[in-house]
Amino acid sequence: MEIKPPIPQVPAPIWRNIKDLQEWEQLHQRRPEDDKHSSLFESLTEGIHSFPGGFVVTTVADSFLNWARKSSVWPVTFGLACCAIEMMATFASRFDVERLGMVPWASPRHSDLMVVSGTVTIKMAPMLERIYDQMPDPKWAVSMGSCANSGGPFRHGYHVVKGVDRVIPVDVYVPGCPPPPESLLNGLLLLQDQIAHFKRTGKRAAPNPKVD
Amino acid sequence: MTREQARTLIGERYSGAQVEGDTPLVVTLPVDQWLSFAQFAKTTLGCRFFSFSSAVDWKEQGLEVVARIDNLNDGVSVTMKTRLGPGVSTCPSLVPVYRGADWMERECYDMFGIHFEGHPDLRRILLGDDWEGHPLLKSYAVDTPHPPYR
Amino acid sequence: MLETAKTSRVEFDYSGGERLMMNMGPQHPSAHGVFRAILTLEGETIAGVDAVIGYLHRCHEKLSETLTYAQYPSIASKTDYVAAMTSEFAYVLAAEQIGKIEVPKRAQYLRVIMAELQRVASHLLWLGTWCMDMGGALGGGATVFLYCIREREMILDLFEMLVGARLLYGFYQVGGTRYDIPEGWERKCRETIDFIDQRIGEYDALLEDNPFFFARAKGVGVISRELAEDVGIAGPLLRGSGIAFDLRRAAPYSSYEDFTFNVPVETAGDCFARYRVRMVEFRESIKIVRQVLDRLPPGPISSRPGLKSVAQIRIPKGEAYARVEGPRGEVGCYLVADGSAKPYRMKWRGASFSNLSVLPHIIPGHKVADVVAIMGSVDPVFGEVDR
Repeated sequence: MEIKPPIPQVPAPIWRNIKDLQEWEQLHQRRPEDDKHSSLFESLTEGIHSFPGGFVVTTVADSFLNWARKSSVWPVTFGLACCAIEMMATFASRFDVERLGMVPWASPRHSDLMVVSGTVTIKMAPMLERIYDQMPDPKWAVSMGSCANSGGPFRHGYHVVKGVDRVIPVDVYVPGCPPPPESLLNGLLLLQDQIAHFKRTGKRAAPNPKVD
Repeated sequence: MTREQARTLIGERYSGAQVEGDTPLVVTLPVDQWLSFAQFAKTTLGCRFFSFSSAVDWKEQGLEVVARIDNLNDGVSVTMKTRLGPGVSTCPSLVPVYRGADWMERECYDMFGIHFEGHPDLRRILLGDDWEGHPLLKSYAVDTPHPPYR
Repeated sequence: MLETAKTSRVEFDYSGGERLMMNMGPQHPSAHGVFRAILTLEGETIAGVDAVIGYLHRCHEKLSETLTYAQYPSIASKTDYVAAMTSEFAYVLAAEQIGKIEVPKRAQYLRVIMAELQRVASHLLWLGTWCMDMGGALGGGATVFLYCIREREMILDLFEMLVGARLLYGFYQVGGTRYDIPEGWERKCRETIDFIDQRIGEYDALLEDNPFFFARAKGVGVISRELAEDVGIAGPLLRGSGIAFDLRRAAPYSSYEDFTFNVPVETAGDCFARYRVRMVEFRESIKIVRQVLDRLPPGPISSRPGLKSVAQIRIPKGEAYARVEGPRGEVGCYLVADGSAKPYRMKWRGASFSNLSVLPHIIPGHKVADVVAIMGSVDPVFGEVDR
């Protein structure tokens, strides 16, 4: 009898099974499990909310926390490519993003927002993921420019990730190549608007459903 | 050193080399004279400025390595070329003569898979160490997927 | 990653020396992009450096083989995105050299104006970010940066009036330029360069009265004349090392021979020498822009008919290497054409790539804080390093 050596069954990478781009995006838009506050905090706020009349407390707390969060969104200074120059212009004298309460900060540990400004390459994607993981919750990501949205003019290149949403979840997409600072400011205002509509104390809101 | 002087000097010393053009002088060499010509150009022609080196993939006819050097004082530019022949991917390195060839040849190895003999530190420079294939070869499709990010 | 882990072991010897590997980047606030330096330290002195690049490799050379001569110039601007005009310039010049296409005088002059304004804008960004990297000693961290960006925005306004875009233009086209200057542009341009000319004196005064600035810049990162030629660095770095080589003077292209300007040279080869060279280049560029505006001839802006399809421009078989003097040095484009509407092979000789390859030769022996100053004075743009 012939004895066959056991062949290790390596599961195929998950992207191989996904035909549809929409399905892929859906998968990557799902938040990771630990992307929220502690379970004690969750259950406490849940309890207050379900108590008769308790919704007043959670709503007031919500609006206060959301106001505080949206008024001090600190972006990490993370420049990738051409869009980083426009991002610097947005942070600097004429457009002055500090009037929105945003202070560009050089450490991901103290930041809430990552502006992915430019082309994400295959060599850079693990680093980007790690920097995103280093940021404390709650955190947001703005994809700036065509390259970060979908690969842009370099979409067909062998070394380009076709959209940063295949690596990290994205809240606001800013189109343009590169987007002028006005566009980025508009995107940041949209993000603040999104933060202001968080539901239930401490919970991370799902991203807005895409409207085509 | 004028261009005419440079042309006659090259003609005297390297009879196997084809010299064309004026600015730059295009010198086509056999592979075994590649390094010795670079040494000659640096010492005799005064071409001490290393501009770039690269390669061209001529499909069936094999790879062609190109390097350009300049004499900044007299305005003499030399483009060195050598055909490696079909299926051959080894070439002498210019690093012993020009330190600027270091990164250029690493890039050339990364993109074309040319092994430069005598290079002190030949490894990939632009792509990751785990990359498969050499992208600028004509047989490599521009949209070749690379897992896990596609 | 695994390779690095293998080499990053700490070696002890009991004579008191200890070597430590430190990783700097790829996301570092002062790295001007995505650059990773693996430093080998002895105490705080750097014993060796391994530069890891390629985090922004966007397949320019491969993509250019799939794009036509009409399409690629606007992608070429994404190589050196701080000085988009000059990288388009090199590609277009190479295509014109092969095709032996004449460019009208007005288009040549317009090209010169844009290239020089772009040099001013690029140097302004360099000055701002370099001074910000060197920290609070230079008058409160971001001070110079905020001033420089203010002036840079004025130049970007000029470009926006002309092209409609702020950063990446697509202004150059094979055979000429894509747009002519609009009404009132010349007056606004003169006002802007007068304003900037006056401000540059202020930066000189702000920085050169500052002893901390001298301490950070003088004698740091010395590139010898011999090393400069051997590695092939170009632009302000080469001129800061005592070699008077400027392509606008040595091999004039696009009617640069019509204008008078000085080529600044410093012999020290350190960060301060490179700073001085760039500060003089500001004024020389402004001088050139004034001369061109005075002598701008009337006439057509392109020798070719307007574009109706992307494959309209066909270049005969041949090859050429065109080089222009960008803000960072010699930007070269080696183009091999095979007679179709697309190039057969294109090679970018990015100025930043060669300039950055000098770092492993000059950094050892310095302190960690000096790496930031040296990196800033080299002024790399990573779109051009990684292409």
